[in-house]
Amino acid sequence: MSDILILCEHDRGSIEPSTLEALTFARGAFEGDDLHVLVCGEVDDLAPLGEYGATAVIVAEHDMLRDFSPETWGQVLAQQIDDMSPEVVLACGTSRGNEVLAQAAARLDMPFVANVNEVADDFADDDETEVTRVQWGGSLLERAGLEADTKIISVTHHAVEPVSAEGEEAPSSTFEPEIDELYARSIVIDREIAEAGVTLSTAPVVVGGGRAVGSADAFAPLEELAELLGGRVGCSRAVTNNGWRPHSDQVGQTGTRIAPELYIANGISGAIQHWVGAMASKKILAINTDPDANMVTKADYCVIGDLHDIIPAVIEEVKKRS
Amino acid sequence: MRVLVCVKRVPAPGARINITDDGQAVDAAHLGFTVSPHEECGVEECVQLVERHGGEATVLTLGPVEAEEQLRYAASLGVQHAVLLSADTTQWDPQRTASAIADAIETLEAEDGAFDLILFGNESADTGGFQVGIRVAHKLERPIVNAIKGIDLDLDNSKVTARREIDGGREIYELPTPAILGVKEGLNLPRYPTMKGRLASKKVEIKVLEAEGDEGQQSRVTLLQPPEQVSNTVKIGEGVEAAPAIVDLLDELGVLS
Ligand SMILES: Cc1cc2nc3c(=O)[nH]c(=O)nc-3n(C[C@H](O)[C@H](O)[C@H](O)COP(=O)(O)OP(=O)(O)OC[C@H]3O[C@@H](n4cnc5c(N)ncnc54)[C@H](O)[C@@H]3O)c2cc1C
Ligand SMILES: Nc1ncnc2c1ncn2[C@@H]1O[C@H](COP(=O)(O)O)[C@@H](O)[C@H]1O
Repeated sequence: MSDILILCEHDRGSIEPSTLEALTFARGAFEGDDLHVLVCGEVDDLAPLGEYGATAVIVAEHDMLRDFSPETWGQVLAQQIDDMSPEVVLACGTSRGNEVLAQAAARLDMPFVANVNEVADDFADDDETEVTRVQWGGSLLERAGLEADTKIISVTHHAVEPVSAEGEEAPSSTFEPEIDELYARSIVIDREIAEAGVTLSTAPVVVGGGRAVGSADAFAPLEELAELLGGRVGCSRAVTNNGWRPHSDQVGQTGTRIAPELYIANGISGAIQHWVGAMASKKILAINTDPDANMVTKADYCVIGDLHDIIPAVIEEVKKRS
Repeated sequence: MRVLVCVKRVPAPGARINITDDGQAVDAAHLGFTVSPHEECGVEECVQLVERHGGEATVLTLGPVEAEEQLRYAASLGVQHAVLLSADTTQWDPQRTASAIADAIETLEAEDGAFDLILFGNESADTGGFQVGIRVAHKLERPIVNAIKGIDLDLDNSKVTARREIDGGREIYELPTPAILGVKEGLNLPRYPTMKGRLASKKVEIKVLEAEGDEGQQSRVTLLQPPEQVSNTVKIGEGVEAAPAIVDLLDELGVLS
């Protein structure tokens, strides 16, 4: 039996769904092994960890763990790895997950493989093994070899849906890690709260515009349509690069990944880096003058024509029916 | 003030990424090359920092001699110095890359003084290892925070304030300099080169160092295409006449509120 050490991602005490994804992945990949979950700082309710399959919970308690810090979390994780020599160390490949694993791996001078979708059958026990991971933000896969006693990997965010194991509450223990005072330098010192409301990543409808929209002002009809449908405006990188929309509206590899019921892609060619951000949409409607555009051939529905004519006509029609 | 930004030369694919027959690389025969949008913002930030505080910016890349193209592009935007760590990096993993970059930074700093701030991309565009900057920071014993979309450098007090987006808001960090940050697109709006900048960049001297780097423990077996999502696109019309059919579809999908 092997020891698997899983990093619990939480924000000031509330466990992130990504932690449950990591546990769900671990249950599938490391069946029968011990799943130890490491918690840095206080968590309100540890029960979900056991419910999703943790066999033991280890809580690190320290004044310097009052808020997130990549360096303090990384040091705590490195210490735990040192003490326990687990066969596998795992987190979900979120911003924080990847960052903390990289911090721990750097300290121990061990390899770290980010955004893994699949591991070889005897991954935990083999010192020379393989994983399948994503490159190009999901546009390409890589089979990578890994040579290490302790294998540090993150599982691609959203690659698995969290599924409850209906497990019992796991036994938990606490310890006080040694954290160098110096690392106070990278603890979060303040937060700004954004206004609530539908965000691009949670909107039920996204009305996207590409280079063909032509200017910042020309987004007004897209705004109006998005508002009518209770959705949000998204855009391609060509649009943000021109300064027509803020980067927070950008869909894609270096923007936001969206998953609406419907994505209406207007005048967007569908470059692979845009597509990876849009492909989780339930349905896609492409409006484009070019019937061979990648967005058109990959969409569920298309309308061929000029977005500048079509969108106002759609707005009028929606208003007529409501 | 001295600032440094690290960029990686990558192909710029369009609708699809093709793989070479040996499975080892992206087939770039018909492609141009670029750097990650995150790194482009890193370059822009360095240029703005020099405009604001004075001093000099340096751009560094580890890769083939062709990566000179990416260095000259950064120079055309206003970066003063360029360093090429020359190596055939096709089988270099993040550990080895980081160790070679850290060595090179030590060499550069021994010659001309420490960098107040070093910027990395949050992740590289192609391999996306999410770690080179963090490993370099650890080797140089400097603080690093990733996913940064806002930077205020306070030279008088030797500190840098950095903002990072999280669900529902932003986190603020305050790091003592010299510091390192992993940055994301959205940090700023990169400028385009001017004609004057382009001409000037041709004259920038590129410092070439041989990259060594300690062997890492990750290797590439092969690249693979992800499973194709098949779609049979339904064409619901052409031009303005399609508007009623589009609204019928909205209704059918239950998104008409
Ligand atoms: C590493 C990397 C990361 C990247 N990350 C992202 C990312 O996160 N998001 C992103 O979007 N891009 C990203 N890109 C850029 C991407 O490669 C494309 O350059 C970009 O998506 C193109 O934007 P576009 O489709 O709006 O423009 P174009 O490719 O110029 O497409 C315009 C489209 O509009 C159509 N059209 C023209 N006139 C009309 C009209 N009147 N009515 C309707 N249709 C019309 C055309 O047929 C065409 O299909 C990235 C690139 C790299 C290298
Ligand atoms: N070959 C390279 N040359 C210069 N910088 C690099 C190289 N590889 C990675 N980097 C830097 O490290 C960041 C993170 O890379 P990675 O760990 O591969 O995701 C990139 O965005 C670059 O800033």
